[in-house]
Amino acid sequence: MPAARPYFAAFRARFQLMLQYRAAALAGFATQLWWGAIRILVFAAFYGVNAAAAPISLADAVTYVWLGQALLALQPWIADPEIGQAVRTGGVGYDRLRPLDAYGYWYARSVGWMLARALPRAVLMVLAAGIVLPLVGLGDWAWQPPSGVAAALLFVPAFALMTMLGAAVLMLANIIVAASLNERGVNAVLTPLVIVFSGSLLPLDFYPDALRPFLHLQPLAGLVDIPFRIYFADLKGAAALQGLALQAGWTLALIGLGRLAMERMMRRLEMQGG
Amino acid sequence: MNALALYGRYVATSLRAQAQYPTATLMLTAGHCAATAIEILGVFALFDRFGPVGGWSFGEAALFYALVNIMFSLADMLSRGFEVFGTDFVRTGAFDRVLLRPRAAALQLAGYEVRLSRLGRLLQASVVLVFATNLAPIAWDASTIAIAVWAVAGGVALFAGILVLQATLAFWTVDSLEIMNVLTYGGVQAAQYPLNIYAAWFRQVLTFGLPLACVAYYPVLAILKRPDPLGAPDWLLPLAPIAGFAFLALSFVAWRAGMARYTSTGS
Repeated sequence: MPAARPYFAAFRARFQLMLQYRAAALAGFATQLWWGAIRILVFAAFYGVNAAAAPISLADAVTYVWLGQALLALQPWIADPEIGQAVRTGGVGYDRLRPLDAYGYWYARSVGWMLARALPRAVLMVLAAGIVLPLVGLGDWAWQPPSGVAAALLFVPAFALMTMLGAAVLMLANIIVAASLNERGVNAVLTPLVIVFSGSLLPLDFYPDALRPFLHLQPLAGLVDIPFRIYFADLKGAAALQGLALQAGWTLALIGLGRLAMERMMRRLEMQGG
Repeated sequence: MNALALYGRYVATSLRAQAQYPTATLMLTAGHCAATAIEILGVFALFDRFGPVGGWSFGEAALFYALVNIMFSLADMLSRGFEVFGTDFVRTGAFDRVLLRPRAAALQLAGYEVRLSRLGRLLQASVVLVFATNLAPIAWDASTIAIAVWAVAGGVALFAGILVLQATLAFWTVDSLEIMNVLTYGGVQAAQYPLNIYAAWFRQVLTFGLPLACVAYYPVLAILKRPDPLGAPDWLLPLAPIAGFAFLALSFVAWRAGMARYTSTGS
């Protein structure tokens, strides 16, 4: 597909650049390891008093925590810092001159940015939480492999969709940043929304039962809650397919919305001197 | 000008600078408030689903949350210079200029910037404190208020001590290490739940390693007039926050050792 080549090149360039920041990856990994450990200690305390009240088993909750810590950088917590910079310095003018679809170009770069930060940390986390923990006798607190072949196979599209959905959310944030020339406001709103509604803070089923129908249908569930529950087969069969459909549907909807917003924004964009 | 007056002038300058952009300061504060307030949602959801844990209701646990967040927000607001020390002072060589001035380097760094936006965390923690007072319920009188203020002072000292240690590391590593977030933000995360719900090894880390329990868990027991379920004697509970000041003092010992071996990056 020669038409896709420039987008793939944009993805690859950003991916390779971000892989260079090894110290940042190591520091991020250590922080996330500690964070995961505290989360798990808290879960263990609550499961200790009343495990029957929990919607998933403790082993699944532990896996949920490790998966979440490993893939933290895939979450669209903050707008892509390079977009804000490009708009403020006028560098966005070069992007307008490229014979490319501007949305597709930024989208490919955003995916590269997210994946390159996430993957090294995920590999380290698999080593630490999936291999070292069982070896030192802490198997109860380890990151478990997917629950069965079906779950593993379903997790592949779920992972792809969670990445694409994350990038679609990120693009909306990027567009607001480009329109308002400032990322602080967007990030202040985006971060708490994503942490709560994706299921990063707690698996969505831990919130009061009355909120469940809404929490399961809203777009951000596809970022963490749906793919992770597919991983440990809490969502299986028809429910898993429904989850994938939700992820795909929201991804398409948000990409559509992003394209519309981007077109409007680009028409009004005033070039900043730089 | 004595040190205190100089520090006062640093603070006033920093506040005036932020008052030049009132909207931005307010928005940043509101954003910080929202971003840090979501944690209490998580605490609430867990208590709502599982019920009391370790003998604590949500209202009582919220008191831990509120006090720890108040401590950290104040320390975070006052210690900005130490937090960015590696990136903004050592790597850039700006610390050479600091050393040339006939004043203690620590004083200049403490006065570097007082970030009002950090009051966002203080704001949400104060709201949680009001809720905790009604839910627990807590009877505030002269002695419990005194213990709370004393605990907050110890906690501010402890968190400031961690930030001083983070800055001290930069003498060796040249850059600020994000890894210390494990102790600051991670410490807040750990200490916002009562200590006795944790596994034994983690309780020891939080008591003897990083004495967060001494500034949060023990004084809160004293405020709630509860004996320690883990068996610490009653007289010890209100005294414990002194560990925070000890930690800060040790941090400054390390800081002096770091200062002694400082070599400029030459930038």
